[in-house]
Amino acid sequence: MADVLVIGAGPAGLAAAAAAREAGGEVTLLDSSDVLGGQYWRHLPDSRPAERERLLHHGWDTFTALRRRLESDPHVRIVTSAQVWAIERDTGVPAVVHVLVGPPDAGGRQRLALRPDAVVFATGAHDRTLPFPGWDLPGVFTGGAAQALAKGERIAVGRRVLVAGAGPFLLPVAASLTQTGATVVGVLEANRLSTLVKGWAPRPWQLASTHAKARELAGYVANHVRHAIPYRTGRAVVAAHGTDRVTSVTTAAVDAAWTPIAGTERTVEVDAVCVSHGFTPRLELAIAAGCALTPDRFVMTGPDQQTNVVGLYAAGEITGIGGVDLAMAEGSIAGWAAAGGPPDDKAVRDGRRRRAAYRAFAARLEAAHGIRPGWTGWLDSHTIVCRCEEVSFGRLCGAADATSTTSLRSLKLSSRAALGICQGRMCGRSVEEILAGRVAGGRLRDEVVADQRPIAVPIRLGDLAARRDPEPPTASPSQSPTPNETE
Amino acid sequence: MSAYLRSAAEDPIRRRDGEPVAISVDGERLTGVQGQSIAGIILATGRLDWRVTSAGSRPRGVFCGIGVCFDCLVTVNDEPDVRACLRRAVHGDVVVQQHDPLPTPVEGSIDG
Repeated sequence: MADVLVIGAGPAGLAAAAAAREAGGEVTLLDSSDVLGGQYWRHLPDSRPAERERLLHHGWDTFTALRRRLESDPHVRIVTSAQVWAIERDTGVPAVVHVLVGPPDAGGRQRLALRPDAVVFATGAHDRTLPFPGWDLPGVFTGGAAQALAKGERIAVGRRVLVAGAGPFLLPVAASLTQTGATVVGVLEANRLSTLVKGWAPRPWQLASTHAKARELAGYVANHVRHAIPYRTGRAVVAAHGTDRVTSVTTAAVDAAWTPIAGTERTVEVDAVCVSHGFTPRLELAIAAGCALTPDRFVMTGPDQQTNVVGLYAAGEITGIGGVDLAMAEGSIAGWAAAGGPPDDKAVRDGRRRRAAYRAFAARLEAAHGIRPGWTGWLDSHTIVCRCEEVSFGRLCGAADATSTTSLRSLKLSSRAALGICQGRMCGRSVEEILAGRVAGGRLRDEVVADQRPIAVPIRLGDLAARRDPEPPTASPSQSPTPNETE
Repeated sequence: MSAYLRSAAEDPIRRRDGEPVAISVDGERLTGVQGQSIAGIILATGRLDWRVTSAGSRPRGVFCGIGVCFDCLVTVNDEPDVRACLRRAVHGDVVVQQHDPLPTPVEGSIDG
């Protein structure tokens, strides 16, 4: 029986774990959180039960059924609070996966090194928020933060909140806020209506098999109408104001390229603003394991969700931003294949059909809501671009102008942008875009650098130096000894 | 006007909150419920920031809420660099705002 390691217990990872079991694999499922579900099914802990928690979620019954099934299966070992901090390549196995198990960022966590026969990467994505003046003020949040706090804690980030950026994700963010009792004063989509229509409208028959998506969207729209939330297209938050917290924002109309249009500014009083312009895949583990990327920088996969490295598979948002249904379809194909399931089996046919349908949906998503280059037009020279190192737009441009190099690595070192503790997760892609537009030839030489993080999360030196612990962790709901554990 | 915790009584999802959890944040005693993150307990009081940045001495709190941005770092029980949005509060936790100023250049050095 193949030992299949699934990294990430969101929709893709859960589907992968279930499919790997169906194909007869022995499964280890890791997640850095202490609960399953990922960001999509982020929910309250067991200590805060809610009778009607499903009101906050789409596909809640799908999730709870999957969770029940995996938790009760003696051949599935679930390790939560498990942070993968490094991946090594070694002979004889597709990867050696180094894990710390214990409370987030605590010293003295238990160390594991897993040597599975196959790995499914299902690490998901996080919000991409473009910089704007004042985005470093407390009270400015990503859309994901508003959602996580609302669904995972029942905290509203403010009482009077503006939601802005790009993409259909803005709608569930607004829904989460209203369900937590906040007033959403508006949702601003930067793309213009004509762009949205162009992205979504061609070949509508391709969408015929994506009912689930339509239902999900209809739910958000109904919430919008019920709460009379204005939805405006072609408008963006171009600045946030306040001394030590946000008190107002400036919005402006933007053209099709997202360049702000002078004279259209308006001030809106808010106590919080949630801004997301899309998602960035969490690629560092897949990159460390040797997986190749596509030109638009997702993990490259084949028909069985296999990567270019034998034994390594990828599913969900790291292969392209496509939402929960695509993630689950890919997960089921990846898990099945990773466990050695025959590729032509009818068990995976349904997954393949769903994957094809929702990929068409994902392509439209990008065409309609993708980031356009004019956003740099709302930056001024003092705007912080790198939040960690507090590198301004002016300083970043100055670093590029002072040298003839086109190396991202070199420009990061001279400007300090993207070198802080978040390891460039927040600003990396924005820094690249700004620099690429600034250097000779309009292209950086080593553009993949921003996603490479050999040490995937900060780890305490004491833990790095500590004796390796041979015992398996004790904090997981189901346990079975795994032979391929070397630490 | 600010961040708040939706009260269990008003919550349409019919939630039951468990045991109270008391932590100290910069010497102030804050009470939340079991299962809340440290960030959640602080945000519920309406406070939005608890870190001071190194270069600009600017206030920061939660930004991404899912452990990616590292803006919400706090010192917990003398251990620095703990992401407050990820760490669930444990009764008796002593949380202190984090400010790691940049090193001061030595006089006469090239930077000084």
